[in-house]
Amino acid sequence: MTILARAADRARSAREPRILETGRSSLRGPDRLARGLGWFSIALGVIELLGARRLARAFGMQGAEWLIRSYGVREIASGLGALSINPASGIASRIGGDGLDLLTLMAANCRTRKQRDNVELALLAVAGVSLLDLYCHQELSSLHQRRGTARDYRDRSGFPNGKPKLE
Amino acid sequence: MKALVWHGKQDIRCDRVSDPEIEDPRDAIIKVTSCAICGSDLHLFHNLIPAMLPGDIMGHEMMGEVVEVGSTAKNALRKGDRIVVPFTIICGECDQCKRGNFSVCERTNRKKALADKVFGHTTAGLFGYTHLTGGYPGGQAEYLRVPFADATHIKVPPQLSDEQALFLGDILPTGWQAAAQCDIAPTDIVAIWGCGPVGQMAIRSAMLLGARTVVAIDHLPERLSMAEAAGAITIDFMQDSVVGRLNDLTDGKGPDKCIDAVGLEAHVSPAQPDSVLDRAKQMLMLENDRPHVLREMIYVCRPAGVISVPGVYSGLVDKLPLGMAMNKGLTFRMGQTHVNRWTDDLLRRIEEGQIDPSFVITHTVRLEDGPEMYRVFRDKQDSCIKVVLKP
Repeated sequence: MTILARAADRARSAREPRILETGRSSLRGPDRLARGLGWFSIALGVIELLGARRLARAFGMQGAEWLIRSYGVREIASGLGALSINPASGIASRIGGDGLDLLTLMAANCRTRKQRDNVELALLAVAGVSLLDLYCHQELSSLHQRRGTARDYRDRSGFPNGKPKLE
Repeated sequence: MKALVWHGKQDIRCDRVSDPEIEDPRDAIIKVTSCAICGSDLHLFHNLIPAMLPGDIMGHEMMGEVVEVGSTAKNALRKGDRIVVPFTIICGECDQCKRGNFSVCERTNRKKALADKVFGHTTAGLFGYTHLTGGYPGGQAEYLRVPFADATHIKVPPQLSDEQALFLGDILPTGWQAAAQCDIAPTDIVAIWGCGPVGQMAIRSAMLLGARTVVAIDHLPERLSMAEAAGAITIDFMQDSVVGRLNDLTDGKGPDKCIDAVGLEAHVSPAQPDSVLDRAKQMLMLENDRPHVLREMIYVCRPAGVISVPGVYSGLVDKLPLGMAMNKGLTFRMGQTHVNRWTDDLLRRIEEGQIDPSFVITHTVRLEDGPEMYRVFRDKQDSCIKVVLKP
């Protein structure tokens, strides 16, 4: 039984059914991964918004704090998308963002010598997360897409005595 | 017992839970023989209607056999009776119940103070449909406690199967009320948005009530084929302009009566830019519902026409063209279904063979398969229109 369900029992009468044993969830692996990536995106976005100056210094990008902050806003928006009922759009937006991050970091790598180690580490991290985003998007699309050909229900009128006469 | 339990957004599980008990002399316990997943359960699945709590049992379409009866309920029910349970819990005694306004029963919502604050006035208690409507455990379970059971039941004649009777508890009277409150005249053209289970019932109800023409709007081929089976003219909104086609079909006058069997989760498509904006706002919690269908109905409905809304809306909507509706003199009818107001008549029609609601069932599975079927139904996979669960 989950902690939340136990806490919610306080809103129920004493003799109402209580969970004794929990079964398998309707949430599948890709859904859970999308949620994890959604929260990661929001956390990263907040860090980029609030710590733009420090990040700029760490990557040798002084003067581009505005860019880091705008990326923070983008991360939060993508995170909200990934936590929504159609997470594939949020993950797709993250994949686009990953591309922008990689380009920005590569540009920084060309410009700086002092912080090259930091930039290379960040490039590695973004590349790893990008792969995870791509995998998640592919799995989500495959899990939630409509499959097979639509059935024809034209034999189901629901009128055993025949259709009412229209015009 | 086993039950489908809500644990959070898109997280339904088939859990083992303790059995329900009689809590009040008016209660009864039923052994559920059939229950169904309703389109409005998906709003809870998506956590779009507030006040669900982890541990809540889902389900408000169910029927079964009475196995235990409280001392007062014995006046109306006996062990072994086979009953359909309406999704609205009714006392049968308050002023609203006496007027037949069962869905706004004044006594059965045990969380009345909360409902008073949110809705202005309380509505009836509902099974498995958030703590705003009482937080009553639902019927997607092996057993169910039916509060106010002496009034909250529909007895099923032995000659009817579960499949024929089950939908008397919700989607059949909901579709029927949607059509009935249109006051359909023999000259009327009735347009129905959404060919899900309620839309299908509304199509057939409009026909039984004598509409001249029924037009059904959706984009899923299996649903459109089921609408065609009843004799409706169909519009695929991904292929055609709804407004254009409706104007063509009505000599430019617009349909006399419009029914919204879609509600708060209208399809999102770049072809309908307002739906994309609504989706973004919904995601950012700036708007509760996606009212694309309401906007389209107000635009296309014939002046002095009726707009009937059985689709569920949860809260605030943006950019609703009320000025257009006012100037066209439209009448709005809406609400949760007053189930027991219609069931005697509908039961008779089923017995007489005028309608057999079992046509809508596309999937029958075990209760344990419920969590998976929520996903299949939501994703419109396998041509799924209506799922019946057998505990």
